[in-house]
Amino acid sequence: MTLLDASGIQTIYGQGCSECLNTTGDRAGTNQCPHCGSVVACADADLSVRSGEVVGIVGESGSGKSSLAETLTLERDPEATTDGEVSYAGYDGNLLDVDYQTRHSLRTDEIGFVHQHIRDGLDLDFTGGGNVAEKLLSAGSRSYENVRKRVRELFEATEIPPARMDDPTRTYSGGMQRRVQIARALATDPELVVLDEPTTGLDVSVQARVLDMFRRVQREEGVAAVVVSHDLGVVRLLADRTLVMRHGRVIESGLTDRIMEDPHHEYTQTLINSVL
Amino acid sequence: MTMLTVDGLTKTFDMHMLGDTQVVGLDGVSFDVREGEFLAIVGASGSGKSSLLKCLYRTYEPTDGRVIYHGGEKNVDLASCGDRTVMALRGDAIGYTSQFLDEIPRVPAVDVVARPLVEQGTPTDVARERARALLDALHVPENLWAAYPATFSGGERQRVNLAQALAPKPDLLLLDEPTSALDPETRRAAIDVLESYLGAETTVIGVFHNTDVVQTVADRVVVLDDGRLQAVTPIDEYDGRRRRAASETDRSVPEPNGGIE
Amino acid sequence: MTERDSNKGVDDSDPQAAETDGGTHVTSDSVDAALDDIETTGVAGYNYAYLDEHTKREVRRAMLKAVAIPGHQVPYASRPMPLARGWGTGGIQASLSLLDPTDTFKVIDQGADESVNAANIRRLAADTADVETTTDTTAADVIQSRHRLPEEVLTDEQRLVLQVPITDALRKVDPSDTANRRRHAHQNYGKMWVHLYENVVEYGEINIASRYPTMVAGRYLMDPSPIPRWDVPKLDDADHLTILAAGREARIYAVPPHTSVEPLAFEDRAFTVERFPDQACHACGSTDTYLVEVSEETADEGGFETRYACNDSSFCAKRRENPALSKDHHLDQSGVDWGPGTPDAGDGGETE
Repeated sequence: MTLLDASGIQTIYGQGCSECLNTTGDRAGTNQCPHCGSVVACADADLSVRSGEVVGIVGESGSGKSSLAETLTLERDPEATTDGEVSYAGYDGNLLDVDYQTRHSLRTDEIGFVHQHIRDGLDLDFTGGGNVAEKLLSAGSRSYENVRKRVRELFEATEIPPARMDDPTRTYSGGMQRRVQIARALATDPELVVLDEPTTGLDVSVQARVLDMFRRVQREEGVAAVVVSHDLGVVRLLADRTLVMRHGRVIESGLTDRIMEDPHHEYTQTLINSVL
Repeated sequence: MTMLTVDGLTKTFDMHMLGDTQVVGLDGVSFDVREGEFLAIVGASGSGKSSLLKCLYRTYEPTDGRVIYHGGEKNVDLASCGDRTVMALRGDAIGYTSQFLDEIPRVPAVDVVARPLVEQGTPTDVARERARALLDALHVPENLWAAYPATFSGGERQRVNLAQALAPKPDLLLLDEPTSALDPETRRAAIDVLESYLGAETTVIGVFHNTDVVQTVADRVVVLDDGRLQAVTPIDEYDGRRRRAASETDRSVPEPNGGIE
Repeated sequence: MTERDSNKGVDDSDPQAAETDGGTHVTSDSVDAALDDIETTGVAGYNYAYLDEHTKREVRRAMLKAVAIPGHQVPYASRPMPLARGWGTGGIQASLSLLDPTDTFKVIDQGADESVNAANIRRLAADTADVETTTDTTAADVIQSRHRLPEEVLTDEQRLVLQVPITDALRKVDPSDTANRRRHAHQNYGKMWVHLYENVVEYGEINIASRYPTMVAGRYLMDPSPIPRWDVPKLDDADHLTILAAGREARIYAVPPHTSVEPLAFEDRAFTVERFPDQACHACGSTDTYLVEVSEETADEGGFETRYACNDSSFCAKRRENPALSKDHHLDQSGVDWGPGTPDAGDGGETE
């Protein structure tokens, strides 16, 4: 069953002009319009996710992968103009246009998001358990014991020592903070989780633990995921299907093993051949 | 009943970094596969054997031709169907082992093997039991079952690979050199497992280097040469010698990603 | 609220009369003569109730908006007052906008009528608004209070004005007013719930003593001002109107009569009021009022003893006369539910 279907996603920073789309993209070799200076962070991008499926988005800096993923948070960036259609199973209409309450309920109950930058995802003054509890409390849970129990379960599932549950999040290591984000994203049993650079900035062994943990949880819970990474290894490990982005456009997409072993597009071949 | 109809299968690689050189992997290959049969693919290195399997599994996207799979409710052209259709068939209906063990790091051998069963819905403990039985039948030492395959020898890893492909008992099994790193005794055990574990209805297409194995297990043999189909023969008519085409030498064609076939 | 005739005493026939903008007319020969001519004591030259009519109108409009949207903070242009910010300037602006000469006004500060601040506010109102003042809760039309609700039940004829230092309950979890305004607009109170959760984690129960976060009419999160937990249930489905005003923060909000005010709590960590299990007021013997500790010197040189006394001093005085006096003694009906310790509270007695 298709959970999420995004089509024609376009995000432009700056005033935009009639030439923006023609003068940016893969063939143009840039994502910045030479006429008006606007940055076409992503354009003409389609993304669909079925239940239980993991879709990877790879690309280098400026590829538009994070922009595309951020569209899925349904947060409107006041500095950008975002267009396109996003539909989600069980909800009517274009999610980019729905009211705050619908967006809030989608973000609380259906779609979890793990941000690249910790500060966007967590309140560092709250305890680690508090950050995870916030999801549950926002969803309407009013039993302290149940919240506590669920937080403990999530800490165990994401391999954070439950003994640290009541420490302020700012005292956690980077890997633990990332895991708190994952725990929080999973708290209300969402159908879809979006991970934006889940391993970037972490030590290698910590990266491995976070990935393994997420892989296990994803398979156990059957939760669908969108994984954005510049690291092909992450995508190879987690994703069933992959999109390759460059200069704001999706240049290739397909089964992950097909992309890795039989890349078609010149840039994809370069990317695959660049892996150490 | 026919399980698979391969019709004019062609695979060409555009190597952009080599100045857009085109490399032909397969050229117009056509043959049928019957349900329950064991089809061996043979040929010199570089003849297209692995490419053929990968095209069937859709790790390679065929450039031309069709691969009609008759095993489901409806016939599906694996060469051109959508990604989701392939995903739905993989694992349950169509299994595959690659020549190079594509192991997931930090997962114990028993769980590597059990995973496809768990994904099918088998409870974890039952899946692990079956996994252990398979590993045992393949003579993988018990003390390795809880260890990570990354540290295993080539032969051990190959057996874990094989066990993982066998475990969910797919309808169609694609095997790429599943016994190449095994000594004769272990190889015999592997073949035994292959034959006994799979039912009569399982269709197997396997690439084998070793002619003894081919003679032991195969019903028919597909001979490839230079990307083209040379012959399809019943096993009793196959004499084990690889037919050579115009050129007498083995040619090694580099795979697009650095593996030698 | 009547408009007072502010031109009393102006004599148009005297061309040398100095014009004032209301108040006593004086000649302008000399300062001494001017001073001699002043007939009234008090605050000549000021409008009725100190504030000009436009200000009062604005404050009343803010109050009407606040009543229309219970719990929602309404901004208003808070005027400079003859008392320092942080001493009840919001409360006094609200009271002065409400009072008319027929009203009786009571002012308490932490339950006491006789604190310096309460007395000064009372005097200001008496002088400028020409109102009667009282310490008897049951006799007051408008009651201004800092940090307490009176013990005696308030009626639908009475108005309570509470002085508020910090108007936004969310300030505790985020210092950004912009972010908090959006949260109120979207009824997004997750952060406050986390605050409560962490409070329970630390203390085993909700340990918030004052400014207890409440939901008003199921819609807005409200800071009820620094009243003790004891008083919070009195706001729920009350007969009277409560106005909460802050001068420094320039916000007014309200709890209209018969509005639900629900303190935030978990299902399994309930809201509880303060407990005084073994104490009674040393002066009147009450065990059902909000008590405070009082340290007093003993007869011995330098010794202190701790005793408990009713915080509501005027009610305590009444109880000293009549220890069995109920909190709703002044009402006809019985069984008024008015927080802890009211007769019939909790047995589902008839409420208005």
